[in-house]
Amino acid sequence: MSLLTAEKMTGGYSASHDILHECTVTADRGEIAVIVGPNGAGKSTAMKAVFGMLNLREGSIKLDGRDLSDMKPTDRVANGMSFVPQVRNVFPSLTVEENLEMGAYLRRDDISETISEVFELFPVLKEKRRQPAGELSGGQRQQVAVGRALMTRPQVLMLDEPTAGVSPIVMDELFDRIIEIARTGLAVLMVEQNAKQALEIADRGYVLAQGRNAYTDTGAALLANPDVRRSFLGG
Amino acid sequence: MTSPAAPPVAKVSPWRTILPFVVMGGLVVITGFSQSWNVAFAILNLSVISAIMALGINMQWGYAGLVNFGVMGFTALGGMAVILIAADPVDDAWAAGGAGVLLGLLVLIAVGACTYALRKMLGGWIKTAVTLVVIGAGLYAASTFFGPSIDRIEDINPAETGFLGGLGLPVLLSWIAGGFLAAGAAFVLGKIALGLRADYLAIATLGVSEIVIAFLKNEEWLTRGVKNVIGLPRPVPFETEVREEAWFEQLQATLMMDEVTLSSLVVKGAYIVLFLIVLFIILWLAETALRSPWGRMMRAVRDNEMAAEAMGKDVKRLHLLVFVVGSGVIGLAGAMLTTLDGQFTPTSYQPLRFTFLVWVMVIVGGSGNNWGATLGAFVVWFAWVQAEPVGAWTIDLLTSFLGEDNPVREQLVANAAQMRLMVMGLVLLLVLRFFPRGLIPERQR
Amino acid sequence: MEDFLNAFVLLSNFALVPALAYGSQLALGALGVTLVFAVLRFSNFAHGETMAFGTMIAIFGTWGLQAAGVSIDPLPTALLAIPLAIVVTIGWVLITDKLVYRFYREKKSDEVILLIVSIGVMFVTAGVVRFAIGVDDQVFTDGERFVFSAREFRTYTGLREGLALRTTQVISVVAAVICVIALFIFLNRTRTGKAMRAYADNEDLATLSGIDAGKVVLVAWSLAAALAVLAGTLYGLDKSFKPFVYQQILLPIFAAAIVGGLGSPVGAIVGGYIIAFAEVLVTYAYIRFLRYLLPQEWLPEGLAQLVGTEYKFAVSFVILVVTLIIRPTGIFNKKPA
Repeated sequence: MSLLTAEKMTGGYSASHDILHECTVTADRGEIAVIVGPNGAGKSTAMKAVFGMLNLREGSIKLDGRDLSDMKPTDRVANGMSFVPQVRNVFPSLTVEENLEMGAYLRRDDISETISEVFELFPVLKEKRRQPAGELSGGQRQQVAVGRALMTRPQVLMLDEPTAGVSPIVMDELFDRIIEIARTGLAVLMVEQNAKQALEIADRGYVLAQGRNAYTDTGAALLANPDVRRSFLGG
Repeated sequence: MTSPAAPPVAKVSPWRTILPFVVMGGLVVITGFSQSWNVAFAILNLSVISAIMALGINMQWGYAGLVNFGVMGFTALGGMAVILIAADPVDDAWAAGGAGVLLGLLVLIAVGACTYALRKMLGGWIKTAVTLVVIGAGLYAASTFFGPSIDRIEDINPAETGFLGGLGLPVLLSWIAGGFLAAGAAFVLGKIALGLRADYLAIATLGVSEIVIAFLKNEEWLTRGVKNVIGLPRPVPFETEVREEAWFEQLQATLMMDEVTLSSLVVKGAYIVLFLIVLFIILWLAETALRSPWGRMMRAVRDNEMAAEAMGKDVKRLHLLVFVVGSGVIGLAGAMLTTLDGQFTPTSYQPLRFTFLVWVMVIVGGSGNNWGATLGAFVVWFAWVQAEPVGAWTIDLLTSFLGEDNPVREQLVANAAQMRLMVMGLVLLLVLRFFPRGLIPERQR
Repeated sequence: MEDFLNAFVLLSNFALVPALAYGSQLALGALGVTLVFAVLRFSNFAHGETMAFGTMIAIFGTWGLQAAGVSIDPLPTALLAIPLAIVVTIGWVLITDKLVYRFYREKKSDEVILLIVSIGVMFVTAGVVRFAIGVDDQVFTDGERFVFSAREFRTYTGLREGLALRTTQVISVVAAVICVIALFIFLNRTRTGKAMRAYADNEDLATLSGIDAGKVVLVAWSLAAALAVLAGTLYGLDKSFKPFVYQQILLPIFAAAIVGGLGSPVGAIVGGYIIAFAEVLVTYAYIRFLRYLLPQEWLPEGLAQLVGTEYKFAVSFVILVVTLIIRPTGIFNKKPA
């Protein structure tokens, strides 16, 4: 039993039309799990389902043995999940530091230690901590977004296409940071458009197609699998 | 283009439209019997005028989703047209300052043309700078002509005239002129403000309407300002004239009513007939337009502006057109109102009564549906008038335990007329909440 | 030199000081509008009536206190009634939110619908105010009228022109400064204030971070109501209370909020002063001022007034339109409005 187990998720945005069909994803402590697949495969939908932003007809979501299936997203945050949306994932007029504080809104204890941890992870943010997040570059904004999500000290960090729209250099840098985050003992679950690069850092990879698990293996194995390469990675 | 999954279009019975009007007519008749026919006729007159205003707003909001909070201003402009067209000219004033005023107007028109031409030719910040300079200089030049002439005009017999007067033409012409005057103002305003977000447009139109009223209150050479213009010509005979007609005496004998009441009813009735003719013409035109391909396009634009734009519809032009036409209709109604009153009193224009009440009419009646807006005008105007006596009666009853000369009670009874504002607000809120599509909802076409 | 001083004193007396006081009142009003817009995302047309409502309660309170013989001379008694007025007005506004606005907020209705809904609230509030206190002028200021009068100023300085400083003007400015500082401390230093800004910035992310939308909305309405009471009461003390005027003042208040950038508190304050100074300076008759500064032969004819006082609404409107055309997001707003 993994730390995060989302099993046989079936459902969609409307009651009549399912997007996910018995889709299963799991992630463990210190591990990076990546969901890839063609456009419209239901990657982001699967992640939103894990986070509770979509009503499932069937399936369950368990984190560290607790069943979160019927919880609102906010309660899932309180129970150790954290989510970085793909867009609009910072408070643009708040400073970097205030963004982090808002990330920790649910916590009532001292958050200064977590803030310095985030600053250690993303030194640039420390430098710019008094600047409004909206004035930062795209890559830096993503760092703020990830940092904000880390503020609740989650057990599992979920990222929806964190590298969408950033340059390859920034992408590599961001992936390095994500590896570092996983090393600290978190489970990372990530949806990625840049499938090859993402699978390279993935301990576990899920290839989705039409809302179903098509292939599930380690990242390296999936990259080596000729079927996966041909159908999903462009040769 | 019906997809199989689409629900069948519900057939709306025509009674859905007719019945409310019948009920409304019944209410007016009850008023006639229980209060007086004079009250009933007065309600009808203003209901019809209000209905025309509501149709104007319905075109803008219901067809196109434009928020025009400037009803008061367009109404007042229509009222001003009655002065300009129908009032007798004041020859002395024309002799004293007519030329100067006309020259001033010419300068203003020239400035307008220059600005327009220059803005076409130039670009960037120069455009803004030049516009400001030209307008500034033009206004200064115009004021050198206006200033002295206006003083001279206003000095001529200020107690009775002190203004230029009008053209002395038949008053019915002023209705058309009022429409065009309001439409012209709407064109200028629309050019500036129509690109704005809905709430900005609302504020901009509200602001312009306040400025129009300020203008009418203060430009005495044109409108006599707060001194009001009274005794405007009427399209129907005076009560005293009616009483001398032979048929009137016969009518009086058959109905056995007293002379004064009956003659007043006859005059009011004549107005009602005139107003109803206008209402039906506009209703017919509006319905025809709504059913035309143009109307379909308009609603497509309202429901999905982006898609319509992608389809190559010139949304801006369409909005401007509907804004101008709707405002023109309101101006027409404004001219009719001033004609009915027989006088022009700028201080009587208040946004609650003119702008927002008309909005209540449209929302309550059913925006997007011309019959709905018309019905809304009748219902809301009826409620507006009747809320006063009913409110006074209610307050009297509710506070009777306080004793006859209790100061709180006196205060409340004195202010009971204000109950109508509360009633209007509640009606609007309740309709928005529970019948958001109004009494007669928009038909799916 | 003395001419210059006289000219400046003259201008201060008739233009600068009144504009400063009026600007403070507008700024407080515009802050309320801007807060509601930032958090609830619609232009609240009922705000002018909220001001009238609050002022009315303050007047009733003043009458009650006067009848009981309570006085804080030289300050106006109304200041003591303001807390009561704030509490009652917050109550009223929260009732309208619960009964009216919340339904549309939960439905995520279009902002135009909320705007029209606010017209309904405006009607009801207007009715309540006019029903309870009537439509007539109410003068409710008492205490010392002047901090110093024009005569005192003349004797003290020896200048020909006098400068009168009315108590209500000083109170307006001081109250505005205190409020603005308090508001900024609240928004930038407190957890709830930051949560409110976060919610205004990005509603979804705020909810996701565990910020309670209901609480933020409640705080925003309460602040807007409190600011409306202050703005309305100060305006009423400075001029007089007349329901109709509070309807009209909505326009300069919106102009101030939009010029500064709808949703931006700093913008609302700056906008308030811009509008007030523009209104006063454009409609001020400069002839006596110029007489001190220009040689006789250079003096213009007439009053040297740019625009008649009647057109002061036109001034705020023109500024509004120019802003909307040149920079529709306002001075202090970066994100597209």
